[in-house]
Amino acid sequence: MNQRIVEKLQSHFADSIVSVNEFREELTIVIKKNDIVKVCQFLRDDDELKFDSLRDVCGADYYRPEGRFEVVYNLYSLKNKFRMRLKVRVEEENVHVPSVTCVWQSADWAEREAYDMFGIIFDNHPDLRRIYMPEGFEYHPLRKEFPLMGIPGSLPLPRKN
Amino acid sequence: MNIPITESQLKILRALENQDTTITFDDPLESDMVLNMGPQHPATHGVLRLIIRLDGETVVAAVPELGYLHRGYEKLAENMSFHEFIPHTDRLDYLSTLANNVAYVLAVEKLAGIEAPRRAQFIRVICAELARLTSHLVALGTMVMDTGAVTILLWAWREREKIQDIQDELTGVRFTTSFTRVGGLAQDMSDASLSMIKDFIQQFPEKLIECEKLVLKNRIFIQRCEGIGVISKEDAISLGWTGPNLRGSGVDHDLRRDNPYLVYNELDFHVPVYNDGDTLARFYVRLQEMRESVKIIQQCLEKMPQGPIHASNPKKVLPRKENIYGKMEELIHDFMIVNFGINPPVGEVYHAIEASKGELGFYIVSKGEGVPWRLKIRSPSFVNLQAMPLLVKGHLISDVVAIIGSIDPVMGEADK
Repeated sequence: MNQRIVEKLQSHFADSIVSVNEFREELTIVIKKNDIVKVCQFLRDDDELKFDSLRDVCGADYYRPEGRFEVVYNLYSLKNKFRMRLKVRVEEENVHVPSVTCVWQSADWAEREAYDMFGIIFDNHPDLRRIYMPEGFEYHPLRKEFPLMGIPGSLPLPRKN
Repeated sequence: MNIPITESQLKILRALENQDTTITFDDPLESDMVLNMGPQHPATHGVLRLIIRLDGETVVAAVPELGYLHRGYEKLAENMSFHEFIPHTDRLDYLSTLANNVAYVLAVEKLAGIEAPRRAQFIRVICAELARLTSHLVALGTMVMDTGAVTILLWAWREREKIQDIQDELTGVRFTTSFTRVGGLAQDMSDASLSMIKDFIQQFPEKLIECEKLVLKNRIFIQRCEGIGVISKEDAISLGWTGPNLRGSGVDHDLRRDNPYLVYNELDFHVPVYNDGDTLARFYVRLQEMRESVKIIQQCLEKMPQGPIHASNPKKVLPRKENIYGKMEELIHDFMIVNFGINPPVGEVYHAIEASKGELGFYIVSKGEGVPWRLKIRSPSFVNLQAMPLLVKGHLISDVVAIIGSIDPVMGEADK
């Protein structure tokens, strides 16, 4: 199945694929950032592959000079009972990624979480707000430079009597 | 019917007409009211906050707000070894702690490339199914209580209490179990816990029928649930729903059967599916799943072999405590694993199990160190809750509690 997915994607989106990787029989394909919606739409609508369920979107901070952040899309095909992962790389200076909420509704909250935790901005997202941290919180806690103990005074806490 | 107007009333009416007064009031059907439900509301099953826009008693729109139980486990995980994170998985879905332990170690084992021995796998299946029973019993009890029947809650919690006692005997604690280890289990199943589980599954189906008799023909309960919170198959798939909620919408999908892990492919069980997609269908799915769980546990007890419960891989699996005191190598391995971690290879894995609420998955990125570089928890409650605005739209405010009960969220998991 892995082979088939790679072949199919390569025949349609040869220019969009950055790299293909397989680890523990799990397929990971890195896609160019601006083509992600196109590729997702194809994977969802293709009659053979039919990745109709987006299980998860999450960010990751690799803390490296180029392509510091990654957005990971976990797809599942109910028809083929099969999983795959898509990834896009995001630069620190330009943290914009096209949103896939137009393809799967489940991307909504997951992208809000990635925005909250990493500061990755999803363009065309209907309601991009923080989901866990309070509005007005300045930092993005899952970035590697954010200290584990938090930043004193950054969260408004109720006053002790 | 004409009521004759008295002289004094006529006087008042004339006075009003002369003075050009207009009585204005807001029409309750045209002006909306915003109601803040939660985070401290008993029917929201934890600290879920719903901001609901009401038109009279009908819900026009709803916005769920999360984060009241956010403890930043994903950040914590990046700062502790793989073993140290096991107790934290208990606090995710705190109603099915054992299933979380199993899901997490399976992901770590996949990353490290080790496999637990067969006996451990059977015990893990028993653990996961016991966790499903505890979780579904709470879902059953609280949902029925939210619609007005208190008896079932007490009866369901009586059964749940027996499972807590089993957990006490099996793992040493009643609630926060932390039972699994990478490559095995904390301890073997004792004869006492084995006989407790046997006794429990012997009497449980009868007790379940007793509970069912109270609700299945209860007109109040049926009318409060039937046709409420309907979600179509397509929406449920697009929203990323999994588990009993998805199966209530007519999608025949169960990770235990479709992508088998542990020893589920050797076990014979049925996946209940209902097509209505309403609150009642989701309730029925959970009810039927409990019967299947009992069947699975029964088969596991029959098929479970004797043998070791730890994989033989000294660099990755913690040695037994009794060996640490007597053998030099074991002492060194224990020191290395506790202080520096198990150092899995560079790579990334995602492993998901069918937990009681749906697909519980862990995505781990490793850079070859003793701590995960990134650990993402894909929690079913978080994804399932996303459908709330869609589900409650157009229903009465009193239906909202029934709908929350039917999708069975646990905020410890949704907020992570």
